[in-house]
Amino acid sequence: MLLQEATPDTLGYMIAGYAVAFIVMALYVLSLYLRSRNLNQDRMLLEEMDKQSTQAKNAQAVQPQKSPVKTARKKSGKKKYEIL
Amino acid sequence: MPTKPTLLKILDILALIMLGVSTYFALVKAPTELVMGQVQRVFYFHLGTAWTALLGFLFASVLSVIYLVTKDLRWDRYQVAAIEVSLVFFLITIALGSIWARPAWNTWWTWDPRLTTAAVTELVYVAYFMLRQGIDDPDRRARFGAVYALLGGISAPITFFAIRLYRTIHPVVIAGSNPEAEGGFSMTADMRTAMFVALFAFTLIFIDLYWNRIRLGDLQDKVEQLKLKVMM
Repeated sequence: MLLQEATPDTLGYMIAGYAVAFIVMALYVLSLYLRSRNLNQDRMLLEEMDKQSTQAKNAQAVQPQKSPVKTARKKSGKKKYEIL
Repeated sequence: MPTKPTLLKILDILALIMLGVSTYFALVKAPTELVMGQVQRVFYFHLGTAWTALLGFLFASVLSVIYLVTKDLRWDRYQVAAIEVSLVFFLITIALGSIWARPAWNTWWTWDPRLTTAAVTELVYVAYFMLRQGIDDPDRRARFGAVYALLGGISAPITFFAIRLYRTIHPVVIAGSNPEAEGGFSMTADMRTAMFVALFAFTLIFIDLYWNRIRLGDLQDKVEQLKLKVMM
């Protein structure tokens, strides 16, 4: 018993070890959460853009396209013979 | 993103509880090792994370074979998720080993076969993500990633068997002995219980994080598809 060495004090290393393990795991979980949140925001924005472009396409398909010449005449207020 | 499945919510809670239970067993229930003192307690988390990480790397190799056979990008997402979670766990393993080595071997790091193979494994998978980042085409990226992960998977068994095949100072705690090991110890019944609790807890935490990471990959894929649809 007298020759037995005393147990060394390595408590600081143990605390450091557990701190590292918990910090790394917490950071990874946080990164998963942040990436998921950002992707969800992107998805919502893209879905809204997709919806708007679909609505615009549908509206174009329902209304017959106006001739650009006629539209220009209407705007200028001039009649056909005047231009000719 | 669709709401979380109930099973995943339960798994989230269970993983958190098991992390607490494992910490309790490691810090309170397991006795203090007489030669090394309190630092020996990092062994439980060191082993738990190493076990799951190495299995995760091997699992990723299997997934890469499935991808190469089926060419279904879903398997590529599963493989990326497995490697990412394993990489985080293996980083913890290496950090804990280094912290333990300081009082046990009187150095933070030595180029011992086990430590070297572990560092190589970690770097191989860091390079895997760098490789993927450099390729834009999803099919090409998945194909290159699968081949790389398949070859990289070889590093996992090499790391595991390094302490059994080469002369090393790393202790062999499970199934074997190493006469040249420095810092080895024989486990009491309470220590063994704490070790098995840690193995179970980290397996559960791995599955939980893996599932969450797969969902993130699916969401990423959906956003990519929406981007292409909007641009056209």
